[in-house]
Amino acid sequence: MRAPAAADMPDWRDEIFAALKAAEIRQVGYVPDAGHARLIELCRDDQDICTVPLTTEEEGIALAAGAWLGGQRAALLMQSSGVGNCINTLSLTKACRFPLLMLVAMRGEWAEFNPWQVPMGMNTRAALELCDVLVHRVEHPEDAAETVAAACDIAFNGDLAAAVLLSQRLIGAKRWVK
Amino acid sequence: MIANDRRLDRRAAMRTLLENRGELLLVTGLGSTTWDAAAIADDDRNFYLWGAMGSAAMVGLGLALARPDRRVLVVTGDGEMLMGLGSLATIGVQRPPNLAVAVFDNGHYGETGMQESHTAERVELVAVARACGFKETFDIIDELGLRDFAAHIHNAATTLLARIAIRADEPPRILPPRDGVLLKTRFRSAIGVEA
Repeated sequence: MRAPAAADMPDWRDEIFAALKAAEIRQVGYVPDAGHARLIELCRDDQDICTVPLTTEEEGIALAAGAWLGGQRAALLMQSSGVGNCINTLSLTKACRFPLLMLVAMRGEWAEFNPWQVPMGMNTRAALELCDVLVHRVEHPEDAAETVAAACDIAFNGDLAAAVLLSQRLIGAKRWVK
Repeated sequence: MIANDRRLDRRAAMRTLLENRGELLLVTGLGSTTWDAAAIADDDRNFYLWGAMGSAAMVGLGLALARPDRRVLVVTGDGEMLMGLGSLATIGVQRPPNLAVAVFDNGHYGETGMQESHTAERVELVAVARACGFKETFDIIDELGLRDFAAHIHNAATTLLARIAIRADEPPRILPPRDGVLLKTRFRSAIGVEA
């Protein structure tokens, strides 16, 4: 058991944002998730990042491919339930060896209230790996930035797809009754 | 096919769109629009989708946002656009001025046996685009309208969507390269993106 983060430690969400900036991410496609709310806000407020709300997650894979064709790096933010939507479109990434960075907020794995989230949550990693996406997972806040930075490196230097799963325990289970 | 069908010929339409293309970047969808583009002339600045159906318009959006200095034209079919219908909402929010989406609409899935698509019945892509926030749309049924749109691609001030009514026929397949890595690499190289 690790010690709880001190109140004055930087927030891991802010640190992920800093990692995206350091990797020169210029386009961020997203389907909102409560676990990404802070990151989406930071991206939207950044003049050098074009944020693109998506109607469904696979749009972001095509967006990232187009960005790379034009010389920009993109990131794709989604919830674990959206990973299943991406499967066929990931053939674009693989066939062309496009770099792809996916940040996935996990649901359906830890203190989940909604059982409908569980089937995809249980299979998120397996679904990604079936599509040859390299999967990293973050359990502890102090690992978040480094993991995202590592995923950026391997995706954009290796022309590969990489996903970072942000565990539900890290994010905190959704509160249904306030 | 009806003998007196006077809708536009898809190859002639593609030729018109690419006449005097200048620095225009082209993205085509799976699959007939890809053969149409290859039939006019294979070009390093063409990015053909051989799969990932429904993705053409979104590839165009990412490219247009990344390269505001270049004009981007997406040409895809009605079936491919229908599979990515939500992307019209996504593009309608962004509306980069250097992006144009042209849908070759023959009301059929040409690659799979000419089954009727939703546009053959009552779905109107132009109305969908307008409802998604596109400010300039074109419903093109003749050569004159096509030429007007083709010229406008090069100086538009907002994202364009054109629905181009074409005959449901199948001209000979002209296949461009289908190695995705080659298509990606040569495209980036042609527009000066470092490797």
